[in-house]
Amino acid sequence: MAYAQADHADEHVPGFWTRWFFSTNHKDIGTLYLIFAIMAGIVGGWMSGMMRIELQDPGVTFLTQFTGGDANAAYHFYNMLITYHGLIMIFFMVMPALIGGFANWFVPIMIGAPDMAFPRMNNISFWLLVASWILLVLSMFAAGHSGLPGFAGGWVLYPPLSTSGHNGPAMDLLILSLHVAGASSILGAINFITTIFNMRAPGMTLHKMPLFAWSVLITAFLLVLSLPVLAGAITMLLTDRNFGTTFFNPAGGGDPLLFQHLFWFFGHPEVYILILPGFGIISHIVSTFSRKPIFGYLGMAYAMVAIGFVGFIVWAHHMYTVGMSLNMKAYFVAATMVIAVPTGIKIFSWIATMWGGSIEFKTPMLFAVGFIFLFTVGGVTGVVLANAGIDHALHDTYYVVAHFHYVLSLGAVFTIFAAWYYWFPKMFGYNYSEFLGAAHFWIMFFGVNLIFFPQHFLGLAGMPRRYIDYPDAYALWNYVSSIGYYITIVGVAVFLWGVFHAFMIKKQRAADNPWGEGATTLEWTLSSPPPFHQFNELPRIK
Amino acid sequence: MKVRRFAPFFINDPAKHQAIFCDIKVFDAGSASPYTHGPIGFPRIKEIRRFEMRAILTAYATLTLALSAPSAFASEPRDGQLGFQDAATPVMERVIDFHNLLLPIITLISLFVLALLLIVIFKYNRKANPEPQKFSHNTMVEVVWTVVPVLILIVIAIPSFRLLFLTDQVPEADMTIKATGYQWYWGYNYPDHGNFEFVSNMLTDEEAAAAGEPRLLAVDNRIVAPAGATVRVLTTAADVIHAWTIPAFGVKIDAIPGRLNETWFKVDEPGVYYGQCSEICGVKHAFMPIAVEVVPQADFEAWVDGQRALAGLEPMYEEIKVAEAQ
Repeated sequence: MAYAQADHADEHVPGFWTRWFFSTNHKDIGTLYLIFAIMAGIVGGWMSGMMRIELQDPGVTFLTQFTGGDANAAYHFYNMLITYHGLIMIFFMVMPALIGGFANWFVPIMIGAPDMAFPRMNNISFWLLVASWILLVLSMFAAGHSGLPGFAGGWVLYPPLSTSGHNGPAMDLLILSLHVAGASSILGAINFITTIFNMRAPGMTLHKMPLFAWSVLITAFLLVLSLPVLAGAITMLLTDRNFGTTFFNPAGGGDPLLFQHLFWFFGHPEVYILILPGFGIISHIVSTFSRKPIFGYLGMAYAMVAIGFVGFIVWAHHMYTVGMSLNMKAYFVAATMVIAVPTGIKIFSWIATMWGGSIEFKTPMLFAVGFIFLFTVGGVTGVVLANAGIDHALHDTYYVVAHFHYVLSLGAVFTIFAAWYYWFPKMFGYNYSEFLGAAHFWIMFFGVNLIFFPQHFLGLAGMPRRYIDYPDAYALWNYVSSIGYYITIVGVAVFLWGVFHAFMIKKQRAADNPWGEGATTLEWTLSSPPPFHQFNELPRIK
Repeated sequence: MKVRRFAPFFINDPAKHQAIFCDIKVFDAGSASPYTHGPIGFPRIKEIRRFEMRAILTAYATLTLALSAPSAFASEPRDGQLGFQDAATPVMERVIDFHNLLLPIITLISLFVLALLLIVIFKYNRKANPEPQKFSHNTMVEVVWTVVPVLILIVIAIPSFRLLFLTDQVPEADMTIKATGYQWYWGYNYPDHGNFEFVSNMLTDEEAAAAGEPRLLAVDNRIVAPAGATVRVLTTAADVIHAWTIPAFGVKIDAIPGRLNETWFKVDEPGVYYGQCSEICGVKHAFMPIAVEVVPQADFEAWVDGQRALAGLEPMYEEIKVAEAQ
């Protein structure tokens, strides 16, 4: 009887503290993740700004202002910025936005489930991430190398630079931060796998499941399989640093390369973890705004499975210059190039979905189409880098920086913005301004291309990554790249203004389905925003 | 004599000459001809003993002779450059050839996708096409867009493997240089020439300007290698991981503590070739460049004898020449 009463009171929303701090509701936790990701993104983006201002002209002139003129401290500061920029953008911006935010919000709804399988575990996933963030911030201010603050050895944490090279507690705090972030992600991934396998609405077979749920399922498997390897590797770092083990120290029979293999066994699946949920999102957006069903649904789903699988067996293409045997390099070249095939299938299937459609270019669709082109550009430079012979020239140059920012900063981030605008009316119940959305897209599209396209030239000409200063010949393209950053910042400001505008000025209630007949997944059958608990009666899928 | 942006073998301005070679200007006074230029490969000398002096004088004279056969070449990035640096080795020539194959392919793929998107945008927007079609399968095109990329990848893979095998198989080497990465400079050994050793530090901006060399690339002591010889480079590191690279050689190899890696180069064109440490190694990662000076064989021999003299070793080549002269 008590249950029946609770059912009637399903719109009973707990008070502020209980709702947002002890939350077990997947939609609230998703919102928390999104707020977290936006704030982390602002910090990570501020760090890129510090770097681009420093790199705008040759010579070290900007960061010295923060170190009282101490050049060495400024060099260290720069290296610290690149390190934390990478870690923040990966672990605290893209992953929380796509997996914690959008997947939490929409996977249960899309599969017709009332919530995630383990709501309290969902809560702890989020709050572990906050704890991890605090540890990360502490590590930025703790002593790293000879009293200078923070770990400054790149996000890849290669020993011996991360062991004997950074004797202060910064690296230990960073290791703990990554352990906690990893635990958070593993718990989240277990939750998604359980939810998707057990809580699909009656009639929703795996082969009828929306592609976003497919993409999150595959991502969750990648997380569960790869993060423990990272956890193991950084635990070994921790014991090497503090307890006298020598896993990575040749003086005790260890090998620094062991860490690189372990790291990239995690690190390569990680890049697919960052992009796969975006693939799912783009499929929905392209189909919705073209008013056409997704072309080659099964091919799309299994292309993602293939990408996820092959993603586990290509890790050493990040290590062509470490002195691997010729046969190993040849294998990793071949395996890496294979990934281009399922990725190509996805690109062409998106275009085929649009082909013959009746496309409306609302903001989400602008970001989706922009994504498809920019991801193609980032993808083909990936094919170049896959070849070990040419990678000997390009490894650790700006060509690599340009490549992975095309697939992440212009790829994954564009999918996040696409998803943001696509689901904004659904999540928050307000319409955003199409004008501001389109302005955001065009400014950002121009800006990020201006940042990263010239970096291909810098890389080909030989400019190494992670350099605070560069020979004068690289000045032109660095200058152009920095101008691109300022334009991008304007785009980000328009984005933030658009959010403020939608909530505070426009205040226009959104329809349940603002996108029309093309939007066919279950979230559009609910109100905007959805009820606090949805699907008290499970939907039946025919 | 060709005029280059800067001449690595000699410096035409006597003031610069003095600035760098103040320690060995004593030889100018002692030698018969008024030299206005000298070798850069020499380290600074604090104290000179008799037989060392003889070796160095010989080296100096030999290098001066070499000036009449110039063709000095420098490899460094150019302002606003778009592509690779000019190739100095067969490996880099092949890298550039391979890139010249890849670049059109990836450009065409990108333009093809862009063209499809533009067709879709203009032909299938809501105004142009109010009624969407409903198809969601077409086995034929799906097969095509799976098979054609596979074929393209095969076209790429064949030259790729050829290039990889060329780069990775070190041919019979004429000599070996060992490079050791330190925080934050390079140390070099010549194991085939008495294992003499020297360290190579970056010149400060002022020193580089005085030497007429590019900022952040110029070093005090360059690697010197003979033109046309196949040189094996062994790399390792003493503290953290570094990476030894010369873009114009198409060579990049990590220097890892506890490991010995090898790569190779063969440069025909004498000149100075610059590279920079390419694996993050801490505070001054950006300030430990690599410079290789490729010289004719005779100059190399003279340089080696000079280095041996500094290390307290007997000359390696001079006796041979003396014997030949007699």
